[in-house]
Amino acid sequence: MAEDKKPATPQGGGRANTRKELPEHFKAYKHVWVAVEIEHGQIHSVSFELLGEGRKLADKRGVELAAVVMGDDRARLEEAAKECFEFGADCVYLACDPALVHYRNETATNVLTDLVNTYKPEILLLGATNLGRDLAGSVATTLKTGLTADSTELEIDEEGSLAATRPTFGGSLLCTIFTLNFRPQMATVRPRVMPMPERDPGRTGRIVEFDPQIVEDDIVTKVLDFIADRDSDKANLPYADIVVAGGLGLGSEENFQLVKRLAEVMGAEYGGSRPLVQKGWITADRQIGQTGKTIRPKLYIAAGISGAIQHRVGVEGADMIVAINTDPKAPIFEFAHLGIVADAVTLLPALTQAFSARLRINRLAS
Amino acid sequence: MHIVVCIKQVPDSAQIRVHPVTNTIMRQGVPTIINPYDLFALEEALRLRDKFGGEVTVLTMGPPTAVESLRKALTFGADRAVLLTDRYFAGSDTLATSFALSMALKKIGAEFGDPAIIFTGKQTIDGDTAQVGPGIAKRLDRNQLTYVSKIVETDLVNRTITVERRAEGGVQVLQSRFPVLITMLEATNEMRRGSVENALKAARAEVVTWNAEAVGIEDLTQCGLRGSPTIVKKVFAPGGRTDEVQLVDNEGNPEARANALIDAIFARSPDVEKDLFDQAAHHF
Ligand SMILES: Cc1cc2nc3c(=O)[nH]c(=O)nc-3n(C[C@H](O)[C@H](O)[C@H](O)COP(=O)(O)OP(=O)(O)OC[C@H]3O[C@@H](n4cnc5c(N)ncnc54)[C@H](O)[C@@H]3O)c2cc1C
Repeated sequence: MAEDKKPATPQGGGRANTRKELPEHFKAYKHVWVAVEIEHGQIHSVSFELLGEGRKLADKRGVELAAVVMGDDRARLEEAAKECFEFGADCVYLACDPALVHYRNETATNVLTDLVNTYKPEILLLGATNLGRDLAGSVATTLKTGLTADSTELEIDEEGSLAATRPTFGGSLLCTIFTLNFRPQMATVRPRVMPMPERDPGRTGRIVEFDPQIVEDDIVTKVLDFIADRDSDKANLPYADIVVAGGLGLGSEENFQLVKRLAEVMGAEYGGSRPLVQKGWITADRQIGQTGKTIRPKLYIAAGISGAIQHRVGVEGADMIVAINTDPKAPIFEFAHLGIVADAVTLLPALTQAFSARLRINRLAS
Repeated sequence: MHIVVCIKQVPDSAQIRVHPVTNTIMRQGVPTIINPYDLFALEEALRLRDKFGGEVTVLTMGPPTAVESLRKALTFGADRAVLLTDRYFAGSDTLATSFALSMALKKIGAEFGDPAIIFTGKQTIDGDTAQVGPGIAKRLDRNQLTYVSKIVETDLVNRTITVERRAEGGVQVLQSRFPVLITMLEATNEMRRGSVENALKAARAEVVTWNAEAVGIEDLTQCGLRGSPTIVKKVFAPGGRTDEVQLVDNEGNPEARANALIDAIFARSPDVEKDLFDQAAHHF
């Protein structure tokens, strides 16, 4: 493949000047694909978010949107295909094989690369989950094509190429990345970065069967067991409408309970900054930020959180950010919509009181 | 057992400041560190070596100054350090990076023994892609175990390794065969302190330094900018918020301030107000 590549402008020219000339054999690549993530019978919601985004890209390109589903349970896969149609797919590539019972890098990489080589999509999207990142890296390397990880925005430029925007260092700057001379153009997107699309019940499409012909004995890695996370106390931060979070400014684990209490009256999820995980005040699945969860609530209340850049990138999708901080110069006030310079330890119980009083009064009135 | 740990020197993001007016990164004077995620990989490698014997080699690709991170890794107890540096590598994306590193890893295998395990961190804090580990595994045709939270068993006789891997909604217990590539999850162990003895050794240690030619790269079009299928066309600051933060009065007692804050929240978002009341009506 390397011999087809047009060398970029030598040193100093910069990438912007790179000539764009798609080698002839890539010109047949068409359509937008989403590799759907199914684990334990469940489609990950990021796959629906990607179908919504993929639909827009396909329409702009005037091509089809296809979904790839793989697993071992035919009935479940057909059910999944139906869901994909309702969320915008025109076509579903369905790979059913006993060896695909669990996600494994080897099997999934082989199936997806075979499909790409056979049906030639121009764009391939995956979720930036542990599964998606594990798979995308291997597939892109096998195909020797470009991959933009953790994209926050996908567009089609005037020349019809995929423009994937992502944060550069820690999210302080953004950059727009292209894969001009190779196909498919690959990108991963984190859960919750794209909105959930509307479902169109009854919408259908066509299923293309793909027989992966996997010989289990050839697969080196075996899944010995799967230990499901305990369901109790499982945080659903990325999808919560309201999130209340605390930071080191609360001073103690005991004071952190004030955050939980406010969350409880508001029917909200609670979370915190990274140092709280390190201190053991909260579990890692409740960490918000660059190395924790990305959230997009309608309302985010941050108490005693300074607003470091790593925290900021995880909350900027919130419709409204409310900051409670004793320091009027805290960085969080630079991106909060609403703020109050106050001691969170006294304000949080007052907020809990005031909210519950209002919610009660309203109930009586109605 | 020979183990190689791939590390990267990165700017310490905790000390990065964004210029308040221009919204650009102020990189000047920002100290560099070993990518924090790589330390979990390094510690895991050192533990395996301490248990089973053998050697740990650390490898980094970067500018000549990345030698500092290698010395730091030697201080922690690594046995050998390799620096892969060449101006031809400048501007590498994940595909070109995994190519260069895989060539260096082949050379390490030839010179110092084929590593049973190659470790990388889960991702870096600057690139943040988590794609280089899988890329190296593919290029070297190794079994890849990503997001490993625990090494359960290492069987050197049968050459198998059993690990726990963080998956969606649970933990997969996987068994694979050497040679493998493992990307280590964060917070799985705690980095040991470097010893004075190791620090002295590290200061004197000779760091093996290779360029593209030394690791047998003949086709330079696979390196750096030229070997990178992705093209960065534009770098820009996120659209700064145009509206300033609305500060709620902090006069009065906590109750008054709490109510003022709630009023302000509801005024900005009647939607949130409605949701809250709908939900409260449902609940009671
Ligand atoms: C690689 C890397 C990844 C990271 N990832 C994340 C991440 O995902 N998420 C994350 O959150 N952080 C992350 N961090 C850490 C981040 O840089 C900050 O250190 C962290 O977010 C700070 O937490 P904090 O705001 O709780 O504490 P601090 O920065 O100590 O802030 C405490 C704040 O509380 C205020 N305060 C003090 N007393 C009170 C009071 N009584 N009432 C109200 N306010 C008060 C103070 O004015 C201050 O603003 C990461 C760092 C690195 C290096």
